[in-house]
Amino acid sequence: MSRYLTLSGLEPLVVTPESNFINIGERTNVTGSRKFLRLIREEKYDEALSVARDQVEGGAQILDVNMDEGMLDGEHAMTTFLNLIASEPDISRIPIMIDSSKWEIIEAGLKVVQGKSVVNSISLKEGEKEFIRQARLVKRYGAAIIVMAFDEVGQADNYKRRIEICERSYKILVDIVNFPPQDIIFDPNIFPVATGMEEHRKNALDFFNATQWIRKNLPYANVSGGVSNVSFSFRGNNTVREAMHSAFLYHAIKNGMNMGIVNPTMLEIYDDIPKQLLERVEDVLLDRRDDATERLLEFAETVKGKKKEGNQVLEWREKSLQERITHGLVKGIDAFIVEDVEEARVQSKKPIEVIEGHLMTGMNVVGDLFGSGKMFLPQVVKSARVMKKAVAYLQPFIEAEKDGKVQSAGKVLMATVKGDVHDIGKNIVSVVLGCNNYEIVDLGVMVPPEKIIEAAKRENVDVIGLSGLITPSLDEMVYLSKEMERNEFSIPLLIGGATTSKAHTSVKIAPNYSETVVHVNDASRAVTIVGNLLQKDSSIYKNQIREEYDIFRDKFLNRSKTKEYITIEEARNRKFKIDWYKSRIIKPNKLGVQEIQDFDITKLEAYIDWSPFFRSWDLHGKYPEILNDEIVGEQATDLFTDAQQLLQRIFKENLLQGKAVFGLFPANTVNEDDIEVNFKDNDYKFLTLRQQLKKREGKPNFALADFIAPKETNIQDYIGCFCVSTGFGTKELADKFEAENDDYNSIMIKALADRLAEAFAEYLHKEVRTKYWGYATDENLTNEQLIKENYKGIRPAPGYPACPDHLEKVTLWRLLNVEKRIGVKLTESLAMWPAASVSGYYFGNEEAKYFGLGKITQEQVKDYAKRRKITIDEANKWLNPNITT
Amino acid sequence: MKTILTEIQKRILVLDGAMGTMLQQYNFTEEDFRGQRFKDYPISLKGNNDLLSITQPDAIAEIHSKYFEVGADIIETNTFSGTTIAMADYQMEDLVYELNYQSAKIAREVANEFTQNNPEKPRFVAGSIGPTNRTASLSPDVNRPEYRAITFDELRVAYKQQVEALIDGGVDILLVETIFDTLNAKAALFAIEEVKEIRNIDIPIMVSGTITDASGRTLSGQTVEAFLTSVSHIPLLSVGFNCALGAKQLQPYLKRLARESNFYTSAHPNAGLPNAFGEYDETPEQMQFFIENYLKDNLINIIGGCCGTSPAHIKAIAEVAAKYQPRKITIETNE
Repeated sequence: MSRYLTLSGLEPLVVTPESNFINIGERTNVTGSRKFLRLIREEKYDEALSVARDQVEGGAQILDVNMDEGMLDGEHAMTTFLNLIASEPDISRIPIMIDSSKWEIIEAGLKVVQGKSVVNSISLKEGEKEFIRQARLVKRYGAAIIVMAFDEVGQADNYKRRIEICERSYKILVDIVNFPPQDIIFDPNIFPVATGMEEHRKNALDFFNATQWIRKNLPYANVSGGVSNVSFSFRGNNTVREAMHSAFLYHAIKNGMNMGIVNPTMLEIYDDIPKQLLERVEDVLLDRRDDATERLLEFAETVKGKKKEGNQVLEWREKSLQERITHGLVKGIDAFIVEDVEEARVQSKKPIEVIEGHLMTGMNVVGDLFGSGKMFLPQVVKSARVMKKAVAYLQPFIEAEKDGKVQSAGKVLMATVKGDVHDIGKNIVSVVLGCNNYEIVDLGVMVPPEKIIEAAKRENVDVIGLSGLITPSLDEMVYLSKEMERNEFSIPLLIGGATTSKAHTSVKIAPNYSETVVHVNDASRAVTIVGNLLQKDSSIYKNQIREEYDIFRDKFLNRSKTKEYITIEEARNRKFKIDWYKSRIIKPNKLGVQEIQDFDITKLEAYIDWSPFFRSWDLHGKYPEILNDEIVGEQATDLFTDAQQLLQRIFKENLLQGKAVFGLFPANTVNEDDIEVNFKDNDYKFLTLRQQLKKREGKPNFALADFIAPKETNIQDYIGCFCVSTGFGTKELADKFEAENDDYNSIMIKALADRLAEAFAEYLHKEVRTKYWGYATDENLTNEQLIKENYKGIRPAPGYPACPDHLEKVTLWRLLNVEKRIGVKLTESLAMWPAASVSGYYFGNEEAKYFGLGKITQEQVKDYAKRRKITIDEANKWLNPNITT
Repeated sequence: MKTILTEIQKRILVLDGAMGTMLQQYNFTEEDFRGQRFKDYPISLKGNNDLLSITQPDAIAEIHSKYFEVGADIIETNTFSGTTIAMADYQMEDLVYELNYQSAKIAREVANEFTQNNPEKPRFVAGSIGPTNRTASLSPDVNRPEYRAITFDELRVAYKQQVEALIDGGVDILLVETIFDTLNAKAALFAIEEVKEIRNIDIPIMVSGTITDASGRTLSGQTVEAFLTSVSHIPLLSVGFNCALGAKQLQPYLKRLARESNFYTSAHPNAGLPNAFGEYDETPEQMQFFIENYLKDNLINIIGGCCGTSPAHIKAIAEVAAKYQPRKITIETNE
């Protein structure tokens, strides 16, 4: 075989030194294309295939397919779509790039392509062992690989790290795995330049040099990358961006990059770049002068607009008053809004006209852009901040005139239901609706049903929106729908929040209430739905909804995929079996309860998992890739910068307090499913639930109790539990921001506190493994390589898939004396307060693994009620979402 | 001991001809297929040629001998349908291991006998691994293009069982042949690699695709070059083509393959295209003429026959093959 990268679909693709740059089509990527995501979600495969076909016809030589989205069954979507592509010869003639951050999805893809495809990607992120395992399989399936410059420490961001990681990856692949070197494609990370940050100055140059180094020192290896990332700091200025892309490609190709993702419409012809611009762009890319960034920025302004002598005046400031107000709202710039609003007020007959005229005109533009997917949630929340500032300025004038209130589009009551404290999603929906001229009556969190009913009557609202995150909240919503019926309400009810679903809404809530009930889980849909519900003749729309939910409910209840369940006895016989006489059980170094009062939360920064943070803002994708995402990358980068700013402020000014309590105890499993914990001569009992779904032979039915040695073995085993919180101070800060009309930062602080709490849980788990319990220290000592493996042991939390039973928290609170020690409380629905808290157990056995309970039958519910000493009705209430219907 | 790897560098190796065509001459009845052992089997077994390795082992051994007598270097085991997937038609999934093991054993014994008689011309056994009767990258249902009647994993498991039995029975080579769908072949290659790893052995692999018609593509749509690329991730002894076309029609594709491939090349074409009665009637002389064109172009390392070929054809091919030098390949070195 030739030593050139050779791929195939129905036809071959040989990458030789004479090949032009190989262009990868990437619109068939759910993380990069909202349209494609929608088509896949709605299973509109014909249209999805036409997206692929357009790419091929448009000249793509490799087709990147990515199905990484939380709501999708990625393996299924990948398999189905690739199977469909296989039946379209005009698409499948080119090779496929199987793109996923999940190995299972990659493997599912590899099993359905007959040609030689490219796997995108693998890296040393999870350590050498996993890297080698994956590379061996890729080789056996017959594919090339993209290797990211990423290792156990993180992403390579300078020249030295890039070449170090690439060389190490190459050596492992070629020497150990015997991977053909021509089938290796390195992605040495293209990062933005001219950001104003000193450490970004060499981003492009380091990429070029690393590329050159790779091509020179790692024989036959290829280099790829996503080009548009480099120009992120010039978004909005396409003249400069196109010049940057083209100059970057010119140098990258010269240095040996031979494939990559480039948007052909965002590319200027290198020779057509004006000399002055090219010089400045190349100064930046090649880091040729200290003032390169300033010079390019300066020049960029001239390409974009005019410059006035002396003080710089932004181009948009020279436009008409309405255009300036609209611009400020759309771009979320509040620096000039008071000035502009004052000008408008002077021109208007009444101050109210400024809101109804100028500001609403601007907000309508925001609404339209958002509705058509051209603006994203964080931008809209920033727009709202500007709007609020403007309204706050006008308020005294309006009151002085005493000419009444602004005509709003409708009044919406928003509340997080009783027992629940989570309100990030609810606040986002409130802000978005507020932007669209709805008057919001926000009752806050933990709102009892009588208060909701009373406020709705008193305020004469047009819509009620309920939100909740934990499972008991679902029952609250059911209860409230019945109360609304009893009180003869005639307004629509909106349901939203992480645990809610269309299924639950249509099956459990809608039948209770004669009026419209709608499930809204996406802030961007809230405006349209409320708009439709409150339009003059909404009866057609309402009937449609009612019909849709009726059909959905029937389908759901009659769905053919009836699953089979086994008896609890059978499930116990099929428990996960650990050989306790061989299992390595380590006695904790320190038994008993310990607390940490003033934790230095700056230590947590490195432990933050940012992907869920972006999700809470409706930006979907994985961090850090999301920052360079074609569609939401700019927004994500902006949001991330703002988050970093606030985070640093939190650290510097000590705005949030971190507290933790945790304990390690002797424990044994008793009666199959219970874990008996002994502490200070008292016995506590954790009750675990067991999977009952009928499984294939050899697949166990798990319960957490399986991970602790049974008492009858006479082997002393151990368990841990913990509660951490970084929520102290959150409410005060959020209130302060709200008082300043800054919803954006009010939501931000809560989202950050949540992330810090998760990070704290992660951090404490590590401390427990390596120090307090110490079962992982041994591993390090005996075998250094084990450090690189994933840690042993799990920390499941009550209310989550392995143990959905929230009542376990009550036992946990008693055992650790949580409230007294660190002040974290449980609400009546057993949500934790402050909200930014995490609690759970520690299982140290190396065979312990995470699982989802799934559904259980009434038989187990009865058995559980007996063990818990509660009535069957009560047990049904708490375990409801996990009980078979 | 002389191995296939040293022999193939010295001369053009001759593969045997058709098994099915030869079996037709025996006119075996339903009873003959059943033998004593399956006389009460609930369904008809006539046509299950692989089964004859158990019920008529002498006939199989005799056919192997005939091919060796006329000069074949390699014979193929009687295991073209020896997977649980293909055997499902006869409800004989449980018999798969035994079928492959017995077939390999018969071929092994005959080969050993010939090698003993003439150690200068060692004879080899290739374990025949057919495509099964299902395709992993094509849907059998036009209304459901995303549907597949078989998955990669199902194929992989079935092939693994066949491969283990063939190796236990003593084959020298594994021959993945008559590949309509490259994904099926990739599953077979995956299974072979698994067995190699578990047993810590190495065994030469021949891969032979099928160009179905004048479009010059496999049934699953790949061109010659794309097919070659898709199987090149495994170290192979040879890549070639067989079946569907006659020697004449196959030549342009062999040329393209030989130009691109760094593995040895093989071909075992049919005795021409079928006539109006579905019979192959190209004579040994005609076939010899077309094959000689391959040899003049220096395309070949392993040559034999597929459907419709007989010991007479192989004799003619062996005669002409002896006159030419094998194709040379540039062996890849890892620097």
